[in-house]
Amino acid sequence: MKRAVPLAIVMVGGILFIIQYFIPHQYSQTLFDYYTEWVPIVGAFTVILGVGSLTRLHKHKIKRKAPNWPYSWAVLIPLYAVPLFALILPEAIGGGMLQSMGGERTSPGVFDFAYLNIQVPIQSTMFSLLAFYIASAAFRAFRAKSVLATVLLFAAVIVMLGQVPIGELIGKWFPKIGLWILRYPNTAGKRAIALGVGFGMLATQLKIIFGVERNWLGGAGS
Amino acid sequence: MLRKLSVMLLLMALTAGFAYAQGEEAPPGPDAEQPPEPAEEVQTEENDAAAMSAAVDGEGMRPPHSIQVSDWPDDAGDALSLTFEPGSETPENLSFMGYAIYRRTAGEEAMTQVGFIPTGEGTCFADGYDPDFPVEPGVQYEYQVAATYINGAEVASEITPAQEMASNQWFHTGKVRVLIGCIIFIALILFYFHAAQRGVQMYLRPIAGIEAIDEAIGRATEMGKPILYVPGLSTISDVATIASLTILGRVAKKVAEYQTPLLVPNRDPIVYTIAEETVRQGYLEAGRPDAFDKDSVFFLTDSQFAFVAGVNGIMMRERPATNFYLGMFWAESLILAETGSLSGAIQIAGTDAVVQLPFFITTCDYTLIGEELYAASAYLGREPKQLGSIKGQDACKGIIMAVITVSILLSITDLIAGTQTVTWLKDLFTMAIVD
Repeated sequence: MKRAVPLAIVMVGGILFIIQYFIPHQYSQTLFDYYTEWVPIVGAFTVILGVGSLTRLHKHKIKRKAPNWPYSWAVLIPLYAVPLFALILPEAIGGGMLQSMGGERTSPGVFDFAYLNIQVPIQSTMFSLLAFYIASAAFRAFRAKSVLATVLLFAAVIVMLGQVPIGELIGKWFPKIGLWILRYPNTAGKRAIALGVGFGMLATQLKIIFGVERNWLGGAGS
Repeated sequence: MLRKLSVMLLLMALTAGFAYAQGEEAPPGPDAEQPPEPAEEVQTEENDAAAMSAAVDGEGMRPPHSIQVSDWPDDAGDALSLTFEPGSETPENLSFMGYAIYRRTAGEEAMTQVGFIPTGEGTCFADGYDPDFPVEPGVQYEYQVAATYINGAEVASEITPAQEMASNQWFHTGKVRVLIGCIIFIALILFYFHAAQRGVQMYLRPIAGIEAIDEAIGRATEMGKPILYVPGLSTISDVATIASLTILGRVAKKVAEYQTPLLVPNRDPIVYTIAEETVRQGYLEAGRPDAFDKDSVFFLTDSQFAFVAGVNGIMMRERPATNFYLGMFWAESLILAETGSLSGAIQIAGTDAVVQLPFFITTCDYTLIGEELYAASAYLGREPKQLGSIKGQDACKGIIMAVITVSILLSITDLIAGTQTVTWLKDLFTMAIVD
């Protein structure tokens, strides 16, 4: 029963929505709209489980005095303090949150301050690391260790020089060849991967719909 | 620019002259030639202005006419197609703004403007696409089209009852080719499912990344270090995430057999709950349910870069011997993989995000490219039906490759012989993108 019910729901739902794609009728559209409305509602409830998991993990760390356990307080305190203060002192902490809920905003809230001055700069810092990592990854990728790696190196140099003004100064053909590499061999490769991905998705979905693949059921899978 | 200005000045002069003459002239006699009358005047107080603008054209005041309304095909009965013939207005007339489309339900008095076609954008209108003015199926509507001028004047057509009502359709005719394609591919995959079940031996080419999974788990066991498994950053509605969770089940079973610690950080709460169940099941299948640590699968955060910071922190603190990045990744792929590379871990990645593949290929030891991610579960499980699905995919790709090869050959033939034999093939596979 634990396994049969979810499998039946998936099979009926899967086949139903394959058919739904070909039916433009109002009933079919209404069914689809109801379904898409339910997905975020179910998702919202699982956030509680997520917060529970985070709490349990850090509670154990603090209890066991695991390495770096004081940092767990840095996770748990804001995790509960922000929503708690938002309930007790909505105007002081609310800011943008309160405004988005249609409330009156008299001054920038603590939430606004923390978001704009702590979270946004930290996220930007993480993202900017990408520039350095691209450089180091490119250095590793472009080492001419084999014939294929050498071909890759030459192609990369041509494409890179074709994208910058100095490339055109070196030779008028640089941008043209760079563009040709991007448009033809590169696009062909990408399309081949996309085609394989499409069939892979189709096969995976069929396996799930027909109950061949059951690992997604977790504990009920076997 | 100067030409446009001079035309505008000329039009203004003509309009002023005409207005002056209207004031001076005596009413024409019964035999005098009358200009054609507009079918209906929407705004009475603006009639004079409309007359002025229309007269500037020198073609009288003939309104748009011959309104044809038909049901929009292949829809949920929520759209109508409207076409009409233009009146005396022309796009060259600078005072002409476009056509206002009015609609009312049969039996009602007031007309409501449901759309506007700017000048030069044709005489066709799809009614029902504006959510503020929905079209109901089975309702009789009446339409009126008014040529609108810069001074606000409108020269309106007759009110015309719609020849057709919007109706629901039970099949989208524009998707016939998609349906045929789906039937062929589903049939092929099902055929190979059954062939595999009947015991037909199927050869699958080895994939280095998948074969390395066991080796990577073994390495972590030997080193006594944990294994990090990131099931992507997407939600459960992404097929790549489902494929990743399937592989996680297999990895968890191996990990349980070898008693190696496993760490599974999650970004999505739904994925977290399923991942936890999957890992628990893996331990159960390995006969070690007691070894399952609930804290090994955990929710980190739903913020993209905060998640990356968290995972990178785990890599630098816990120093896992093996990192798996399987699922859907975005800009964080390189940050994760490069940090993992710096920590000295053996890394196996797999994603269907074409843009992220180069990053994984450069920084990871093994990369499952696109469909290999979906095939991994079947490779690891070696169950007949799973293998059948892989062969089914291969058969589908075979068909596509055959079509591409034939197309290339026909294109070359056309190029040499100057013929157009490839056109029918192109038409067969070309279709409009429909929802």
